[in-house]
Amino acid sequence: MKRQIPLLIVITLGLLFMAHAFIPHKISQDFYNQWYREWVKAVSPFAALLGIYSLINVHVRKIKRKAHNWQYSIATLLGIIVTAVAGFGWGSESGSPSSWIYENIMMPLCATIFALLAFYIASAAYKAFRARSIEATVLLAAAIIVMLGRVALGAAITHWIPDATKWILTVPNLAAKRGIALGVGLGMTATSLKIILGIERTYLGGGD
Amino acid sequence: MIETIGIWVAAFLTLSIFSFLYKDNPFYKFAEHLYIGVSMGYGIPLMYKLSFIPFVYKPIFKMHEFILIIPALMGIMFWFRFSRKWGWMARYPMVFFMGIAGMGVPLSMHASVLVQMRSAMLPWENFNIFLIFLGTITILMYFYFSKAHTGLYGKFTKIGIWYMMIGFGASFGYTVMARISLLIGRIQFLMYDWLGFGH
Repeated sequence: MKRQIPLLIVITLGLLFMAHAFIPHKISQDFYNQWYREWVKAVSPFAALLGIYSLINVHVRKIKRKAHNWQYSIATLLGIIVTAVAGFGWGSESGSPSSWIYENIMMPLCATIFALLAFYIASAAYKAFRARSIEATVLLAAAIIVMLGRVALGAAITHWIPDATKWILTVPNLAAKRGIALGVGLGMTATSLKIILGIERTYLGGGD
Repeated sequence: MIETIGIWVAAFLTLSIFSFLYKDNPFYKFAEHLYIGVSMGYGIPLMYKLSFIPFVYKPIFKMHEFILIIPALMGIMFWFRFSRKWGWMARYPMVFFMGIAGMGVPLSMHASVLVQMRSAMLPWENFNIFLIFLGTITILMYFYFSKAHTGLYGKFTKIGIWYMMIGFGASFGYTVMARISLLIGRIQFLMYDWLGFGH
């Protein structure tokens, strides 16, 4: 019963929501807009709290057990505590401690981590070039044309580059995105059906 | 003074992250762990103010919508996940979220399949529309793995691969530009704000 009742709820809710998409009746609309959405919003903060607890728990246990690289967990825990206290105590308005942390710690770290990927992307491009296959060359040629076409340098070399960029984006790129979107759509439909029919049950977790 | 400290802290953390280009090291590990902590710490008050207060506290305690105690209790049931004995109770809030999958069937069929098919099957008024149609069909043929990609069928799937490579190349180009733009921003910060060049 510990598994059957949750499965029954998923099947019932799943079928109701499937019907909701086809029945624009007020009862159906109210069921989704005034009941389900409001309840989901009320459940969400507790789910977020679960994530916070989980992260804190992982790092506290790492410190307690003196696991490999446990010292860095202190930085994580201090980061959580100091930033959360600053946010609760002084708010996040401009000039507050929370805003200072955001501008001088969080934002530089986030931007630099993403900037770091520029080097790895360049490395990946080089490896693709080394592969010497026609497909890899096509990929790199498209990338170079698109990059040049979006900056002033491309137009300065020849007006063909911005035109070619526009054509790549609106013709072969559109076809590629559409083909992939069709596959994703069919995959999403199949997965949704597997969930509401009780074939896909991994979200129930282990145990009896 | 506080602004100067901020610039030095930001510069230290920026260089700590960039130090990973040489190899994994304690400075990078420290910055990485700090980033996780600070991001989570920043999110906690936001979640409290933007989610808990307006959707749980105010409706229940100010507007007396006591029916919302039920989803709040369901939310608390998530925490039973950590108990071996009572872990099964965490399934109830989870299935409440999973029920929305039912809406995914008609919506994904409509948005990702039917609308895309309709857009792909336009009259061939110009050559580009034919090329888009050809690309869509050949890509779908490529993803059909129940038939061996040999002979004439294999030639069509090869065309699909070429279309996808051009599409991936365009996405790759955009990603490179976004990352380079961020890199330029960080280098400008180090050069102008931290080292003071150009002032």
